[in-house]
Amino acid sequence: MSQQTTETTLTLNMGPQHPSTHGVLRLILTLEGETVLDIQPVIGYLHTGIEKEAETKTYHKVITLNDRLDYVSGMTNNFAFCLAVEKLLGIEVPLRGQYLRVLITELQRIASHLVWLGTTALDIGIMSAFFYAFREREKILDLFEALCGARLTYSYFVVGGVRYDLPEGWTESCRNFLRDFSAAWVELDELISRNPIWLSRTKGIGILPSDAAIACGVTGPSLRASGVPWDLRKTLPYSSYNHFQFDIPVETDGDTFARYWVRMREMQESAKICHQVLNNLPPGPVMADHPWATPPPKELLDKDMEAVIRHFLFYSRGYPVPPGEAYAAVEGARGEVGFYIVSDGSEKPYRMHMRSPSFIHVFALPVAARGHLVADLVAILASFDTVLGEVDR
Amino acid sequence: MDQQVAGQQTTGEREEGEGSVKESSVVQRALTAGEGLKTIVGEEAISDLKVFADEVTLMVNREALKRVLSLLKENFGFAMLIDATAVDWLKRGEPRFEVVYHLLSLSHRTRLRIKVAVASTDAWVPCICDIYPNASPYEREIWDMFGIFIDGHKNLKRILTYEEFPGHPLRKDFPLFWQPGEPVEVEEEKNDEW
Repeated sequence: MSQQTTETTLTLNMGPQHPSTHGVLRLILTLEGETVLDIQPVIGYLHTGIEKEAETKTYHKVITLNDRLDYVSGMTNNFAFCLAVEKLLGIEVPLRGQYLRVLITELQRIASHLVWLGTTALDIGIMSAFFYAFREREKILDLFEALCGARLTYSYFVVGGVRYDLPEGWTESCRNFLRDFSAAWVELDELISRNPIWLSRTKGIGILPSDAAIACGVTGPSLRASGVPWDLRKTLPYSSYNHFQFDIPVETDGDTFARYWVRMREMQESAKICHQVLNNLPPGPVMADHPWATPPPKELLDKDMEAVIRHFLFYSRGYPVPPGEAYAAVEGARGEVGFYIVSDGSEKPYRMHMRSPSFIHVFALPVAARGHLVADLVAILASFDTVLGEVDR
Repeated sequence: MDQQVAGQQTTGEREEGEGSVKESSVVQRALTAGEGLKTIVGEEAISDLKVFADEVTLMVNREALKRVLSLLKENFGFAMLIDATAVDWLKRGEPRFEVVYHLLSLSHRTRLRIKVAVASTDAWVPCICDIYPNASPYEREIWDMFGIFIDGHKNLKRILTYEEFPGHPLRKDFPLFWQPGEPVEVEEEKNDEW
């Protein structure tokens, strides 16, 4: 850009209704020609006040609110919330429950990355990749539907474990999916990774150096694409992730392509973990037996009066949680998903706060996108995989 | 079953053991940082150091907050601000608010929670954007949701609600079912759900 045009900067409004923002996000751009000088994100269009609503619902009901925050990977949100409440209650989840949580979260990660891949490829102009990616994601949603009856807002994780054990034949369908998926992964890789249009749109675009990424609070695949090997599953392991062997894909370029490639390889690693869980799934209960914070076993309900009382209290009044505060975080598909819960000893959370990765990634966008073209801004925004549901909460 | 200790290719320092041993050492590292900090800044800056549910919490005076945070970032390796929020303790009396910061250390692999008590008559905390640049949206959210003023913030506008919005929704006296035109502070919530 020549010096003469510096006086003619243009302020352009992008969004809130814009197909490339994957939700309702408004960006106020300061442009010089087509070059982005500054971005001011304006959020809040999807604010639903879930944190306020959670204060008036029992812990068990709050689970159904959580998966609505990040609607592309609801399981991860339930996971972090349940871990935080379990910390306060001191519940140890049985091993089978922990393994199922790992299995489901990894499937959810693949599904979420596939949504990301499909929509990003669509933004950049590879429409066929969208269909391939969503075809595979559909199979995971079918698996989840067989598991808990829901396709998007699962509420499958509950405090103390998971709601149901695997239905009959589910393991086999999961193995079938993983077998198909490894072939589909190669298909997607061949379709996208060496595509000259994809490469020219992503290589060297939106570079976020590692120190800037840490200063911006970027987590998850976007941080690992900047060369920081930080993955909570390895570095601060939870829920028996330390029983499994997997690698953390790390790229050093920090550009849009690196963020793409980290996610692609993460899907393979997630599939690897799924195989290990399926091969080593221990027998036993899937839910802890806590005197009041878990529902009684269903088969006791027609034999034992105490179990009926416990069942009634659990589902109507809820269960009290000892006073205190806890923060639990899991490695979600987008980054660190954390829940901060303050309890005053009653059946409802006194304060529930979600640490959502997308919220902070939206504000890291100006750092990555400054100096690029408006057309590249679309690709950079997509590469951070923001879900506006959890940005606005 | 391959019992694999995590963190192979991640950081230089490796911890032995797994499960509960590993968990306690995470607390231990946070505690070491907290106690080291206390010896530097003194009792009057850090009024309390608590360990609860394997998490270390420091109660910090508002005047010492910026010094504590910059020391933690520069000398103790807490490079990342993970989260910042607030809690309204309306029924407990003054100081009514607590502003909560969650820090993460990538090099020591541990977390620390910093809390600042703020009275409702004097509800402000200093802006920490110069220490942690990503604090800006969190601080705007604290201002928007709780009405705690952020002193020194360059762009302190509402973030999740709109500019004309009255009141601060996450305060405990803000009604759950609010309609425009209604009061934004109510005496007692009438919400017996169960």
